[in-house]
Amino acid sequence: MNGPLAVLTLENFLSNFLKFAGNSETVALIAFLLAAVIHASLLLGLFGGLPVFYIWLERKVAGRIQDRLGPTRVGGKFGWLQTIADGIKLIQKEDLIPKDADSVVFRMAPYLAGIASFAAFMVLPVADGWIGVAAECGAFLILALMSLEVLGIILAGYSSGSKWALFGAMREAAQMVSYEIPMAICALIPLLIAGSLNLQVVSHMQTGGVWNWFIFHDPFAFFAFFCYFTTATASVKRAPFDLAEAESELVAGFHTEYSGFRWSIFFLAEYASMFAVSGIAVLLFLGGWETGIVIPEAIFGSLRGWMPNTPVAGFNLGGYIANLLAAHVFVIKASLLVTLQIWVRWTLPRLRIDQVMTTCLKYLVPISCFLFLGAVFWPLIVTSTKGRPVLFGPPVKSVASVAAPSAPSSTIAQNRSEVAR
Amino acid sequence: MTEQLLFWVFAILTCGGAVAVVATQNVVRMAFWLVVSLGSVAALFFLLHADFLGAAQLLIYVGGTVVLLVFGVMLTASGHTIRVQASPAEVMLGSGVGLVLLFVLLFGINSVDWADVSARIPAAGDSPAVVDETQDRHLREQLASATTPEEKAAAEEAIQAVHARRQSGRTVRQLGLSFYGLRPERDLNQPAGQSLAPGYLLPFEIISIHLLVVLIGAAYLARAKRRATSGPGVDL
Repeated sequence: MNGPLAVLTLENFLSNFLKFAGNSETVALIAFLLAAVIHASLLLGLFGGLPVFYIWLERKVAGRIQDRLGPTRVGGKFGWLQTIADGIKLIQKEDLIPKDADSVVFRMAPYLAGIASFAAFMVLPVADGWIGVAAECGAFLILALMSLEVLGIILAGYSSGSKWALFGAMREAAQMVSYEIPMAICALIPLLIAGSLNLQVVSHMQTGGVWNWFIFHDPFAFFAFFCYFTTATASVKRAPFDLAEAESELVAGFHTEYSGFRWSIFFLAEYASMFAVSGIAVLLFLGGWETGIVIPEAIFGSLRGWMPNTPVAGFNLGGYIANLLAAHVFVIKASLLVTLQIWVRWTLPRLRIDQVMTTCLKYLVPISCFLFLGAVFWPLIVTSTKGRPVLFGPPVKSVASVAAPSAPSSTIAQNRSEVAR
Repeated sequence: MTEQLLFWVFAILTCGGAVAVVATQNVVRMAFWLVVSLGSVAALFFLLHADFLGAAQLLIYVGGTVVLLVFGVMLTASGHTIRVQASPAEVMLGSGVGLVLLFVLLFGINSVDWADVSARIPAAGDSPAVVDETQDRHLREQLASATTPEEKAAAEEAIQAVHARRQSGRTVRQLGLSFYGLRPERDLNQPAGQSLAPGYLLPFEIISIHLLVVLIGAAYLARAKRRATSGPGVDL
């Protein structure tokens, strides 16, 4: 449980746990299936549970910003159960399909958007080793998966057989295709600092205090965070970039013709994507699942070594508790960024479509390219003038030194030696 | 067993999606089936533990090409382009080209010495992406404490299996190295005097510049042409 890549998988844990039950192959199969079910249901819980909270938060924050109370009745004083009530109402509604719609594509489109949004959760680590699929190229994979959501929206708008929906879909397509470029370039800057595409490794390198976070690594990374957050807001089609569903012009944009459950899938996907892009921002720039304060991080670190090999070999209870707390830290951090997105939505007016394109192509793309070049040259310049690769604070730790001293041969070093062989 | 099952699911989806692309006549539905087919190809790459290739497939083909295709259809669509009706001559020509391609592929698959290739690939385990360090340490201790040669061999074999499992799915570093021409799997254990494998960086850059030229050319061709009109309604 020490290195960033050295964790006991749930599958291994279960198969070790079930070892007393006899035949090892059946046990392995049962452990595999059980692990798959647990992973999937945990991720589904995150995917379905967070939007429920965010939708309530959106209504409450919007109400307060507009000097209203927001939901107050359902579920007590603060209207906690408002989203659940909304969901029950939506499920009861008739599933309308317009006569002019291309019914097959119309029916499939919400699920396409929902699947793409859910797939991003599979490669999003929430704590050290707590990740659905630990791909080595996780950052690349998550950006690829996030880019698929637009497809569902385009197909929805196109198949609706409505001009409003078509306009919304066309705007969305133009917006997404252009905003992906600065978003990827900005996300590349912390990956460049870390020298890895693995989100867990990137997060691990930012342990040890706020000054180790990549947002404070150099001025270019600092501005890259804001550039990334702007493009991320645009890529999840939130105001001021919500041209695809501009209510004042297009009725409801790409989901004009949708009702009931299919419409709620779009809504779910949007809020889940908000969490996903905020989670990526936290992992890349804001220290991942660490608090950034020295004392809690030290406590977490010492917890990780506590009670090793209980209840099965290779699993330690302290590490599990530390991970549980770390996952909460991560979700809270990402939720703060989501709150920021909600705040921005209810504060800023919507841009026109030409202003959206101008913002991206004339400002954000050149800015992100400049920031990227600056981030590439920064270590060279600082090293040549100051003799060390970073301006202040300790240099970025290599993964080998991040790994606890109880693991003499770090995973990365072993991988290197394997590659060399 | 699960991998076999998943392979068949995704293989059927790939082929079925491809057939559906050809069989449907509506361009947007074709795009949808194209998503199914190309996405399943990406899933097959993930099953082969080629994570980077799978992600690239998703990003470039599903997220990029199909979106542009649908976007293009939306910009240009009118009654006759949205429904594609092939004439018999086109069907004949298309199926002929398809059959030729099929034979080329079958010939190519047949001409590969698969036994040699599979001998060179490290045996992949079932859980590729995560490493169990404690198990690794445990195995090393076993190796150190082994007394009889049989025990030693068994421990070494177990370590090899763990390493092979760790290796699979971790292709990013090898890909990055091979860009600079470091390809140990090809260059090691070769007879002296043989030239080293070339890096992929130069071809990659040439292709990128080529694509950039194509993009600029397309933007130039599609630019809004200013017409020298002297006023509304006057055609020059």
